[in-house]
Amino acid sequence: MRDESITRSAVLRVEGVTRVFRTGTVEVHALRGVDLALHEGEMMVLLGASGSGKSTLLNILGGLDQPTQGRVFFRDQDLTRVSDTRLTAFRRDHVGFVFQFYNLVPSLTARENVALVTEIAKNPMSPEEALERAGLAHRMDHFPAELSGGEQQRVAIARAIAKRPELLLCDEPTGALDSKTGIKVLEALDEVNRDLGTATILITHNADIQRIAERVVVLADGKVVRDEPNPERIAPSEVSW
Amino acid sequence: MRALDRKLLRDLRLIWAQALAIALVLACGIMLMVAAQGTQRSLEQTRAAYYERFRFADVFAQATRAPRALLPEIAAIDGVALAEGRIAFHAVLDIAGMEEPATARVVSLPAEGGAILNLPLLRTGRMPDPVRPEEVLINEPFGEAHDLVPGSSFRGIFDGQLRELTVTGWALSPEFIYTMAPGTFMPDDRRFGLIWMNEAAAASAKGMDGAMNDVALTLTRGADERAVIDALDRLLDPYGGTGAFGRDRQESHAFLDSELEQLAGLALFMPPVFLIVAAFLVNMVLGRLIGIERPQIGLMRAVGYTRAEVAVHYLKLAALIGVMGLVLGWGAGWWLRNGMLALYGDFFRFPFVLRDFNIAAVVISAVLGLAAVLLGAMRAVLAALRLPPAEAMSPPAPPVFTRGWLDRLIYGLRLRQTSMMILRSILRWPARAAITLFGVSASIAVLVASYFFFDAMEVMTDSVFGQGNRQQVTLTLNQAQTLSVLDDALALPGVRKVEGAYAVPVRLVNGHRDRLSALQGHFAGAELSRLMDDERGAVALPAEGLVLPALLARALDVGPGDRLRVELLAAPREVLDLPVAAVIHQSLGQEAHIGAPALFSALRLAPQVNQIHLLVDTDAMSALHAQIKRTPAVASLTDWSEVRRQFDESLGENLLTMVAIYTVIGVLIAIGVVYNAARIQLAERSHELASLRVMGFTRGEVGFVLVGEMMLLSLLAVPIGWFLGGWFAAGMIEAVSTDVVQIPLLISRRTYAAAAAVVVLASLVAALMVRRRLDRVELATALKARQ
Ligand SMILES: Nc1ncnc2c1ncn2[C@@H]1O[C@H](COP(=O)(O)OP(=O)(O)O)[C@@H](O)[C@H]1O
Ligand SMILES: [Mg+2]
Repeated sequence: MRDESITRSAVLRVEGVTRVFRTGTVEVHALRGVDLALHEGEMMVLLGASGSGKSTLLNILGGLDQPTQGRVFFRDQDLTRVSDTRLTAFRRDHVGFVFQFYNLVPSLTARENVALVTEIAKNPMSPEEALERAGLAHRMDHFPAELSGGEQQRVAIARAIAKRPELLLCDEPTGALDSKTGIKVLEALDEVNRDLGTATILITHNADIQRIAERVVVLADGKVVRDEPNPERIAPSEVSW
Repeated sequence: MRALDRKLLRDLRLIWAQALAIALVLACGIMLMVAAQGTQRSLEQTRAAYYERFRFADVFAQATRAPRALLPEIAAIDGVALAEGRIAFHAVLDIAGMEEPATARVVSLPAEGGAILNLPLLRTGRMPDPVRPEEVLINEPFGEAHDLVPGSSFRGIFDGQLRELTVTGWALSPEFIYTMAPGTFMPDDRRFGLIWMNEAAAASAKGMDGAMNDVALTLTRGADERAVIDALDRLLDPYGGTGAFGRDRQESHAFLDSELEQLAGLALFMPPVFLIVAAFLVNMVLGRLIGIERPQIGLMRAVGYTRAEVAVHYLKLAALIGVMGLVLGWGAGWWLRNGMLALYGDFFRFPFVLRDFNIAAVVISAVLGLAAVLLGAMRAVLAALRLPPAEAMSPPAPPVFTRGWLDRLIYGLRLRQTSMMILRSILRWPARAAITLFGVSASIAVLVASYFFFDAMEVMTDSVFGQGNRQQVTLTLNQAQTLSVLDDALALPGVRKVEGAYAVPVRLVNGHRDRLSALQGHFAGAELSRLMDDERGAVALPAEGLVLPALLARALDVGPGDRLRVELLAAPREVLDLPVAAVIHQSLGQEAHIGAPALFSALRLAPQVNQIHLLVDTDAMSALHAQIKRTPAVASLTDWSEVRRQFDESLGENLLTMVAIYTVIGVLIAIGVVYNAARIQLAERSHELASLRVMGFTRGEVGFVLVGEMMLLSLLAVPIGWFLGGWFAAGMIEAVSTDVVQIPLLISRRTYAAAAAVVVLASLVAALMVRRRLDRVELATALKARQ
């Protein structure tokens, strides 16, 4: 257990979380007892080999999935084994997601993709403002098919931040991008984290990206094997790909 | 507009052709429902208003000759509101420009104050002057057929006397909306007319001064019709009463009822088929759409849309398709209803047609239509809701190819790879293949169930005309005569063969059930007019007992071995107790039959005839006609070739219209189903098909994979469709059979073949429409589409 003062300022916290996937007779232990806390305004990078359980952990943190064992807290609320309705409300009100393959709705323009979220959020910014923050003000009325990969990812970021979430959970947001566009996306995330104070978790393969984080957590085989602050946080533009 | 709704409209635009195809199938069902129901209700209201305004009577009776003085007694029967006595009879007419004699029903117009019941509606001209015996009204269609405008004249033969009559006007009557010459099956405006004549003139023509032979009356509200009929029968019995009856036995009313009943049946039977097919199609298309949109569904759930919101989103899409179908169906139904009303209005000569706007039909069809598409959507939507949000974000696992016994079987066939792909695809998506199979077989079934009416009509006409009535002419005599009259008939011009028959109106009674009918006496060795069973051909009359058509037997609840009380309603007015010897199947039969020896021995009379069937030299036909016009003993002449022509014309026209409508409907279903299935296959397999092209397969070979699968399914659907069709046809018969008409269930090979050919061709067209898109698929993009 951690120090009291840290616990209190934790936005999101998991205790002893395990997750077992059963497919037929095969059991996969994706997470084997993870304790982790994310603090207000923190920028955390989550590293680990493919299959180490990063996405599984992120999904549980974001209320997309439930742990097999262990507990999940959002501030003072216990999210462990709550109803689907409660989890949906949690995601709706507090979490922004960014995925590797953008997951935009192809039949909606950039602006409309963002509006999809602002329409159901409590205190959203306008889709225009969100897109501006993501650096995409000039392509608001384009359909996803008319945008490059980096631009699509920035629409996804705009969509994630438009509701002013407390949590921004990004699963390999640069995984499908080249270095130049990757850096632009990281810059957008970094800016949101600094300007809006959104606590952010960023999953990546690229070890160099950890240098933009305040804190680096490494997963291996479903367990946290390293969890330490990064004293020399650099700007995304300095990341070497 | 909300972003999600925008997505909805854009999704819909992407699948517009498929959505339209489904909407059209749904529209067919809605159209039939709304049109048949609307026509039926409008006609019912029209008829009711017509009856009301022109005071159509409730109870009718005929007698030989009753004193007018009886009328106050009749009016005093408990429950009678108004009673009217008339003189009514059939007469032969001699019309200028018409070689053969026409027949007319003559009814008298009461002397003072005019008619109080069954009022003729004057369409043109004026009423006859009561003091001028030669003045008459005729019915409008007869007047039109002969151009007998007011002022023109023609001759009638009343009891052997030739009378010159002058037309003062044309009329219509609620009593004769549907009216036929005695012994015929179809209205014939040229050969059968109505004449309204001054009472005094009618009385003098029939020697009926101070007497009447026809009574009509209306009932007070809440009166017991049965009791009134019994009382009336008791009063008329001494005067040769032939049995009073209510509207249900009045010819015109009963036929209209039968028509309306058929419309109601039509409104109920077919539409569910379309709704079910539409539901399956929605399921297929939406299932596929939701399959493609898995990541989008995952995303909606991830950003916080609830399950209900996601479900509503897709249900809205189904509802939009449903609304499209409803609007199209209502429009088409409205149009079809107006067309049908115009046809019926003309056919029945309604002086006005009330167009009923029935909000209930609209609401019911909306509820049923939407329920169909939403239920169809439900399965697909539930599948979408079961997706855990995290999993929905990852691409679906590739379909699992298991190698079952079927696969081994297919291997054993040593097919070419392209044929193998077809079979594989059917096995891989069995539900989709099943829906295609079902949809195509449903469309074949719809066609079988409509085309078979031609077979039924053929059987019916063959039974009535080809086999049953081989005589060219039937003469109906004013009175029954001994068999020597046949020799007189043989002496008529051009007559080659004569055959006598005997018919008498009867009331058949079994306990509390009774029916007014005619008893037909058949002489042994009859070759011209024979008793026919639709299924078994000519029936030999048993030595004893009655032969009844199934409809009549069912109405009376009797079978072979039971006994029936037979009350003869004309001379010799005996009451017989006869056994039922056999029940036969007749589409149009309403009469009881008996061998002449059995009948006359029961009556203890020498054999008599009152109908004479003739074979005539066609050349001598006009001489015969001329002679008959001068023969008082003959009440009417029926020319069977004319009856048949009328029958074919009138039925054939209706059937052609019906078959045209159902063909369109069947083709729409087949196209809707196959087009959708092929589009989905194309979308799902464009990668695979493009790979084939890259590997060097020709367009034709690749097209074969797509078209071949659809055609294979369509061909497999043929036997299923035939089977379902027999079932639908039986249902149709059930739905449209009435007291008056029973349609035989015999489906010809021609019908099966035509239904299959039309549908398979429609499927081919639909598959080729999709194949054209295959040509437009760009190889590079198709290959890239799936990472
Ligand atoms: N839905 C699932 N069903 C079964 N196994 C899963 C599922 N999701 C993840 N896994 C397994 O759990 C382990 C961790 O996966 P994941 O969290 O996606 O790893 P990472 O994101 O670190 O690459 C892997 O072995 C993966 O195969
Ligand atoms: Mg991952």
